[in-house]
Amino acid sequence: MTATTLHRLPDLVPPPTELPPRTAALRAEVRAFLAEEQEAGRWTPRADVWLSGWDERFSRELGRRGWLGMTIPEEYGGHGASALDRYVVTEELLAAGAPVAAHWIADRQIGPTLLRFGTEEQRQRFLPGIARGEVYFGIGMSEPDAGSDLAAVRTRAERVDGGWELTGTKVWTSGAHHAHAFFALARSAPRDEQHRHAGLSQFIVLLDSPGVQIRPIPLLTGAHHFNEVVFDRVFVPDDMVLGEIGAGWKQVTSELAFERSGPERFLSTFPLLVSMLGELAGSTGIEREIGGLVARLWTLRRMSLAVAGSLESGQAPELAAAVVKELGTRYENEVIDVARLLVATPPDPGAEGGFPRLLADAVLHAPGFTLRGGTNEVLRGIVARGLGLR
Amino acid sequence: MNAELHELAESIFGDAASNDTGFDAGVWATLEETGLARLTLPGEAGGSEGTLEDAAVVLAAAGAHAARVPLVETDLLAGWLLHTAGVPLPDGPLTAVAGELDVEGTTVRGELRRVPWARAAAGVAVLTGTRVVLLDPAAVEITEGTNLAEEPRDTVTVDGAAAAVVEAPDGAAAELRLRAALGRALLLAGAARAALAASVRYAGERVQFGRQIGRFQAVQQQLALAAGEVAAASAAASAAARVAADAGFAAPSTRLAVAAAKSRTGEAAGAVARIAHQVHGAIGFTREHDLRLWTTRLWAWREEDGSDAEWNTELGTTALAAGPAGLWPLITG
Repeated sequence: MTATTLHRLPDLVPPPTELPPRTAALRAEVRAFLAEEQEAGRWTPRADVWLSGWDERFSRELGRRGWLGMTIPEEYGGHGASALDRYVVTEELLAAGAPVAAHWIADRQIGPTLLRFGTEEQRQRFLPGIARGEVYFGIGMSEPDAGSDLAAVRTRAERVDGGWELTGTKVWTSGAHHAHAFFALARSAPRDEQHRHAGLSQFIVLLDSPGVQIRPIPLLTGAHHFNEVVFDRVFVPDDMVLGEIGAGWKQVTSELAFERSGPERFLSTFPLLVSMLGELAGSTGIEREIGGLVARLWTLRRMSLAVAGSLESGQAPELAAAVVKELGTRYENEVIDVARLLVATPPDPGAEGGFPRLLADAVLHAPGFTLRGGTNEVLRGIVARGLGLR
Repeated sequence: MNAELHELAESIFGDAASNDTGFDAGVWATLEETGLARLTLPGEAGGSEGTLEDAAVVLAAAGAHAARVPLVETDLLAGWLLHTAGVPLPDGPLTAVAGELDVEGTTVRGELRRVPWARAAAGVAVLTGTRVVLLDPAAVEITEGTNLAEEPRDTVTVDGAAAAVVEAPDGAAAELRLRAALGRALLLAGAARAALAASVRYAGERVQFGRQIGRFQAVQQQLALAAGEVAAASAAASAAARVAADAGFAAPSTRLAVAAAKSRTGEAAGAVARIAHQVHGAIGFTREHDLRLWTTRLWAWREEDGSDAEWNTELGTTALAAGPAGLWPLITG
C-alpha cells in the first residue's frame, strides 16, 4: 500500500477567504444604489452584461461614487482600496445585471496592468480617466489564426524611427468601436519555432490613430459588440510600448490569472436565475433542481473568493483560476438548462425585459461563455499540465 | 493554513489505507495519544480544544487515507452531544445517532438502524425526541450491517437500562444534523482528492497503444474535469467549516454553507468516482485494487447524513422562500 505517495497533487484551490467585515457597509451602499437606479428605470437587468451592457452614463456614475479604479492608488485618481473591496462591488453589479460593459475591460485589466507594467507617464495619462469611468479600453490579443493559441499571433511590429509600426488584424475586440485605446499583442521579432512565446510585445494603440480600421463583427444576435481591428502600418511611439519589448507573453499570461477567476465567470446568467425564481413562485416539486444550482453557485463564489484572496496576498494561482473559469462557465450554461426545464415560457428576444428576454439573451450569448479567455478544452489542458500529465 | 496539523494527520493516517475492513485499533490509539481523537472538545471533556477548521484539516486527511475510525462520530457528534447535555464521556471511540426510542425514566426500548461503528464504540449517544440517551454497547444487541464501503452501519436494539438519560439542549437536533453533514462533506472531499491522485498516478504508469495513457488528450481532459470536481469539493467543505467556525451552527449562513457543501461534495463524489474507474480500466473494478477504498466511500458517503436529494431540496426551498430579491443576499449572507 502506497497511500502516502498518493498526495502529490498540486493545490487545486487556495484556502478559504472571508471578506473583511468592513466590506458589509460597502456592499449595502452599492446594493441601495442599484435598487434606486432600477426603480428609476435607468436600465433593465440583462444577461451577460459585461459584454452586452454598454452605458456610459452608468459608468461615469460609478466613477463618481468611487467604485471604479478602486485598487488604483489615489495619486492616479484611484481609491487605494483592496482587491476584496473591488470584488464586492463587482459581484454586486454583475448579480444585479447592471450595464458594466463600457468600463469593464479598463477597470478589470487595463488599470492593474498599467500599474504593473506601465510607465509613469502612461499611468498618469490613462488611470485618472479610467477611475472616472470616462476612458474605455479594449483588448487586442486574438487574431484570425490565434485564439486560445496566442503564440500564433502574426500582427507585426516593425522598428521605425521613434517607435514601432504595427501591421495585422485583431478580432473579437469587444467595444473597439466605442473605446479610446486598446492593448495590442504583436510580434516584434521573427517567430522561433523552438521558443513560440518569445518575441511578442504589447503596445498601447489609440484607436483613432491613422491606419486603424475598425469593422463590426455582429454577434449571432445581430448585436454589435465585437470588432475586427485592422492595422495598416500604424505608428506607435516608443512611449506607448507597454512593459518590455519581447516580454509580451509573460505580461499577458499574468493578466490572464486575474481575468479567469472573477465573479463574471459564473454570474453571466445570474439575472436569469433570479427571474426564474419569480416565475416559479408558488410552484412545488422543483426544489431539487433549484437547490442544485444554489449549491454550485455558493461553491463557485467561495472558490472565486479564495483565488481573489490568494491574488491579494501576492500569489498567482494560475491552476486554481483555470479551474474556476472552467467550472464557472459551464455553470452559466447549466442555469439555462434548468430554466428551460422548469419554466415553460419561450425565449423572446424582442421583449423589453423579464424572463423571456433574459432567456433569449442567455441562450444566444451562451456559446461565448466557454470560449472567451481560453476555451474550456484549453483550460483543461492547463489543469492537466498542473497535474503533471503533460 | 494549519501546516503542522496537516503534517501530523498525514503521518498518522499515511499507512492507514488497506484492503482490510473493520475498526483500525492501531490508528485509533495514535489518534488518542496525539489528542486528535477528541480534537474539538473542551479540556474538561478530555478534548484538545481545537477549532472546526483544525478538524477540517484532520478529517480531509482521514478521508484521503480511507481511515477506518469513527472520528467524526466521536469528536464532532457523540462527544459534542454528550458534553453539551452534561453527560460525562466514556473513554474510547464513540458513536452517535438520532432516532426514535421509548424512554421511561432510565429504561429505554427500541431499535436504531444504520448506526456508524456501533460494534466498535465504547458508548452510543442517541438524540431521541427531547432527550439525550447514552447506551452502553454491552447492554444492547448489535446486528452487524455495512455501507457500500464495508464500514460498520449496525442495527442497535435496546430494551433495558441506559447509562444516562438527560434533557437535550435546545437546538440539538438541528446542530447534530449539520455537524454530521459537515464531517461527512470533509471526508468526501478527502476521498475525492485521493481517488484523483490515484488516477493521475495510474495514468502516468499504465501504457497502452505504446504510450502512457496520461499522454492522451482524451484522458487528460477527463482527469482535468475530475480535478475541477475535487477543487469544488475541497473548497465547499473547507469554506463550510470556516463559516461554521466563525458564525456557529445556529447561524443561517452556516445552515446554507453546510447544505451547499454536502450537496456539492456529493455531486463531486459521483463524477470523480466515475472518471477514476474509467481511467483505471478493469483493474480498478477488482477487489484487490486499492481504488475501491475511495470510490466505495464516495458512493456510500454521498448518501449519508443527508443525500444530495435531501440537501438540494432544503436549499431549493430556502431559495424559493427568499424569492427573486432575496436570492443574492442569501448567497452572499
